Amino acid sequence: MEIYLDNAATTAVYPEVAKLVSDIMCGDYGNPSSMHKKGVDAERYVVDAAKEIAKILKADEKNIYFTSGGTESNNWALTGTALAAHRRGKHIITTQIEHSAVSAPLEFLESRGYEITRLPVDKYGILDPEDVINALRDDTILVSVMAVNNEIGSIQPIEEIGTLLKKNGTEALFHVDAIQAFGKYHIYPKRWNIDLLSASGHKIHGPKGTGFLYISPRAKIKPLIYGGGQQNGMRSGTDNVPGDAGLALAAKIMDEHFDENAAKMTAVQKRLIDGLGRIADVKIHGLPAPAGAYHIVNASFIGIRSEVLLHSLEEKGIYVSSGSACSSHKRAPSATLTAIGCSKAEIESSIRFSFCETTTEEEIDMTLEALDRIVPGLRKYTRH
Amino acid sequence: MFHAFLIKYSEIGIKGKNRYLFEDALVRQVRRALNKIDGNFTVSKETGRVFAMAESDFDYDEAVEALQHVFGVSAICPVSVFEDRGFEQLAEDVCGYVEELYGGREITFKVATRRARKEYPMTSMEINAGLGGMILDRFSTLKVDVHKPDVFINVEIRNNIYVYSEEIKGPGGLPVGTGGRATLLLSGGIDSPVAGYMISKRGIQIDAVYFHAPPYTSERAKQKVVDLAREISAYTGPIKLHVVNFTDIQLAIYDKCPHDELTIIMRRYMMRIAEQLAKEDGSMALITGESIGQVASQTLQSLNCTNAVCEMPVFRPLIAFDKQDIVDISQKIGTYDTSILPFEDCCTIFVAKHPVTKPELKRIEKSETHLTGVIEELYEKALETQEVISIE
Repeated sequence: MEIYLDNAATTAVYPEVAKLVSDIMCGDYGNPSSMHKKGVDAERYVVDAAKEIAKILKADEKNIYFTSGGTESNNWALTGTALAAHRRGKHIITTQIEHSAVSAPLEFLESRGYEITRLPVDKYGILDPEDVINALRDDTILVSVMAVNNEIGSIQPIEEIGTLLKKNGTEALFHVDAIQAFGKYHIYPKRWNIDLLSASGHKIHGPKGTGFLYISPRAKIKPLIYGGGQQNGMRSGTDNVPGDAGLALAAKIMDEHFDENAAKMTAVQKRLIDGLGRIADVKIHGLPAPAGAYHIVNASFIGIRSEVLLHSLEEKGIYVSSGSACSSHKRAPSATLTAIGCSKAEIESSIRFSFCETTTEEEIDMTLEALDRIVPGLRKYTRH
Repeated sequence: MFHAFLIKYSEIGIKGKNRYLFEDALVRQVRRALNKIDGNFTVSKETGRVFAMAESDFDYDEAVEALQHVFGVSAICPVSVFEDRGFEQLAEDVCGYVEELYGGREITFKVATRRARKEYPMTSMEINAGLGGMILDRFSTLKVDVHKPDVFINVEIRNNIYVYSEEIKGPGGLPVGTGGRATLLLSGGIDSPVAGYMISKRGIQIDAVYFHAPPYTSERAKQKVVDLAREISAYTGPIKLHVVNFTDIQLAIYDKCPHDELTIIMRRYMMRIAEQLAKEDGSMALITGESIGQVASQTLQSLNCTNAVCEMPVFRPLIAFDKQDIVDISQKIGTYDTSILPFEDCCTIFVAKHPVTKPELKRIEKSETHLTGVIEELYEKALETQEVISIE
């Protein structure tokens, strides 16, 4: 038995996507930069992929740039803006709960003389849009806010922030890390006045090593990767044709089943939250759908170290995450849980369950049964 | 420019009639080390020296590094080998050697000749004087200093003639395989790999035992220990690593014994299991990374309590080392970066807030009687379900 509840870390690739990727790799393997037909055929896939993504975002395909994934998109958006706008100002506004793919490049910029304002969030992990406006200064060049938090699933008021920024008239660009959001939650950069939007393929059943950055026409940012001048000179490097096409196909499949997927995951989430409510000393962080994300549940099992519960569930074939998967490389307490005011005991015992549309209610029931059996046993043996 | 190494050893020279055993072991270990790198070498022994001659292209730095991992090697000398075609040719060869290494440099030198082949027509003193004079004539920047020269130009007259002037320090010790076998209690920490390295340096072959406690310790913690074993095996040679599932024993101790004695009792069971496995492997001693007073289970009282369960000698090479000294060695041998990866090992998962620091053996033994009737089966099961990983 295998129950995979770690879909916010990564997802299984759709078989259709795997087949397309494989077909392109073996058949249409041309380099889009080549003059001959093989190159033209390959280029077609990239152009179509950009179109498909633009359609989902209700944006223009010219504004889609493919990257090696969410981390590159975030690094590019932040550093590329800083490089382009440093003469105008060096102030950047962000939140205290960003993923390290945003917070780490910002720390780098901070070490190079940029000033970073990190706004707090409320106990549900939600930012007040007014705080963003109040933090704006003449020298603010960038506002970076994630759409959906990867640890607790809090949804930020992106549309509202975009509208307020526009009303304010600031020249600061608005970057949105949409890596957990794209494909699962509606997000329209053009309508919402988003200048830069990062997304990743492997969170939506696409291949790893794929992603894109949406760059609005008004956003003047510098490239980070120089070379053969691919993608209008903005992101050099031979196009990842199978990856770009795979990402777009995954996005298309997600989009075609959007409402149905949302309904399924919302039901799954409710079932898990209801079940967790029957286990003693479990605290759930963040809000359930629709106020929060439907694909993430973060819960603390007070008194049990998350790593131990994770491995106990693993023994039963159930895969979850302790904090965010990306942060298991270091042993710092989660910034998000700290920002929403969790106690040390809550942070040390936090487990993230995350779903995809194939997660079933039966799987949730089996997970709850496993927890019922495991939790009391583990609570008996604690450090003291 | 070098195609050969002359390998010096020190202590082996004093081993009397057993000397050939030590030399043969050193030759084997040198062969093993050079086998792992790119290039073919022939390794042979010749009165008081081991020679490694390259038979193909090789990477000089890689070869030196490989030899620096062989216990028993006191120094590695990159050497030029010349055929004996008379003294005049030798003088030309030596001048060529000096030109390449020291041409244009302002340094002092001394020629030091050894004649292993006594029928050579000149004495060592004559050779020294002849070569020294020749070098002085040819190189205006070089001066002789017979007391404290910057470089010794060593000339060894054997079947061929060996010229060397550089000595790279080796690790010292005795070749692995000359001293029997001992079993290392290997955790994921900084100390135990260093302890294994130090004992192995005395010619001892190493087996290791790791206590795994799923779900309290992760697969990654186990992988970390496998990685550490691989890292020290660069010195010690192949390691047989026993992975023992210790969870049930730990939980039983937790259930039945006072919590402040938990670590001590747990350590006693680890020693018992390690000794049992050691006996089965033909190993003659245990090795731990303990150091006096480092943690509660390493006070003199605690060490007495853990030591009491073993019949075998327990080697604790770090017993009088400060933590920083241990860290320095672990950085030198390359285990430090792995050791500090943040995965919990089974020694710390249930550690009490205030563990006993001065346990009395009588009391500990009495607490252990609470385990009677439960522990025997768990102990057997731990031995039966152990996993053995061969580290090459």
